[in-house]
Amino acid sequence: MTTSHTASDGPAISQPKMFKHGVILCLFCLGFGLVLAITNEITLDDISARAIEDKQNSLSQVLPDELHDNNPVTDTLTMTNAEGKELTVFRARKNGQVTGVAYEIFGSGYAGEMKLMMGIAADGKLLGVRVLAHKETPGLGDKIEVKKGPWIERFTGLSVGNPPIERWKVKKDGGDFDQFAGATITPRAVLKAIRSGLEFFAENKTALTKGD
Amino acid sequence: MANSDYKTIVKDGLWDNNGVFSMLLGMCPAMAMTTSATNGFGMGLATAVVMAASSWLVAIFRNQITTEVRIPVYILIVAAMVTVVDLGMNAWMHELYKVLGLFIPLIVSNCLPLARLEAFAAKQPPFPAFLDGLFMGLGFTIALTAVGAVREIIGSGTLFADASLLLGPTFKVIEMRLLPSDMGVLMMILPPGGFIVTGMLVVVKRLLDLRAGKEIQMTGAHAV
Repeated sequence: MTTSHTASDGPAISQPKMFKHGVILCLFCLGFGLVLAITNEITLDDISARAIEDKQNSLSQVLPDELHDNNPVTDTLTMTNAEGKELTVFRARKNGQVTGVAYEIFGSGYAGEMKLMMGIAADGKLLGVRVLAHKETPGLGDKIEVKKGPWIERFTGLSVGNPPIERWKVKKDGGDFDQFAGATITPRAVLKAIRSGLEFFAENKTALTKGD
Repeated sequence: MANSDYKTIVKDGLWDNNGVFSMLLGMCPAMAMTTSATNGFGMGLATAVVMAASSWLVAIFRNQITTEVRIPVYILIVAAMVTVVDLGMNAWMHELYKVLGLFIPLIVSNCLPLARLEAFAAKQPPFPAFLDGLFMGLGFTIALTAVGAVREIIGSGTLFADASLLLGPTFKVIEMRLLPSDMGVLMMILPPGGFIVTGMLVVVKRLLDLRAGKEIQMTGAHAV
């Protein structure tokens, strides 16, 4: 408000007029704020329902239905992983016994972070790995998506020891797993993420499977 | 307003003064979202809805919005409409939202809606303004779908892949594979492809206009 007194150059805006502009802008903000509040209120329930469905969809791919009679989306446990990141663990139970757990693992790919969901049975066997989000090159690195190719299904049924942990690498690095033609960094990152996920399970096995 | 004026609005929006091919506005979504025809089409439609709604609103309030505060008010209106579309799509068109969700907020920074508000809606009654927003948006949709189709055919060998996610299972029939999957030219899906294809299509449009004996409109964006 004080600038209009001191400004000697340029056309000065008179105070009442400036006040009017402020009021107009304020009224528009109030009006559209109200519109947004109402829209938010109307869509709130549907949006949270969709978010739960999404979680369920990604979990059902790594925690097979026959393994549980509970709802893993709501049966969660919060843990801290080796990097100090908070991790939500989803638990599958049958008759109260934990039969498997699923949690997110993270890898650093060719073009940024990738997020995966990993399911692992109580005996340490991998139930499945799925990519939730990534920024890899379309046509090269995106073969890690189950939609684009069967590569990611290769891990189902494997565990630490089968193959031994030092062979959880792409073939180029002396491991057991195929890389893609033209893209080594992406599968390498996925393998590193899975390895860290397996190690996390090994270190926290009792906490993860005791089920309270 | 006479009927011929409405006709001009429609023709301007769809072809003569097309947002992408004539005014070269809205390049950010035109590049980012056109890796496939389906994505371009969805992004275009979302933009059309936002443009029609915000043009209509600005025209209604055109006498209350003073020149000094018009820009913040326009941005406020566009941002509010984008948020409404964003929330609505998340709740009720969730499959489409998963594909486009990241890009819907980008509509706020698209200069095409803002240009039409300033150039047209601010001076016109609500109905013509609504039409202008709608048809400029549909012209944008046509342009994005065209760029997306060319990039998709050359880049992945498909056309309208995943259209059934966007439009419902009945549209499964328009999902086509035109070339074997290993024949795609990856560059067309990456950012350079967007620039190359958009440039080519601008040339094609001008050639068509020349052949039809039309004067080429290049000044649309500045004819404020």
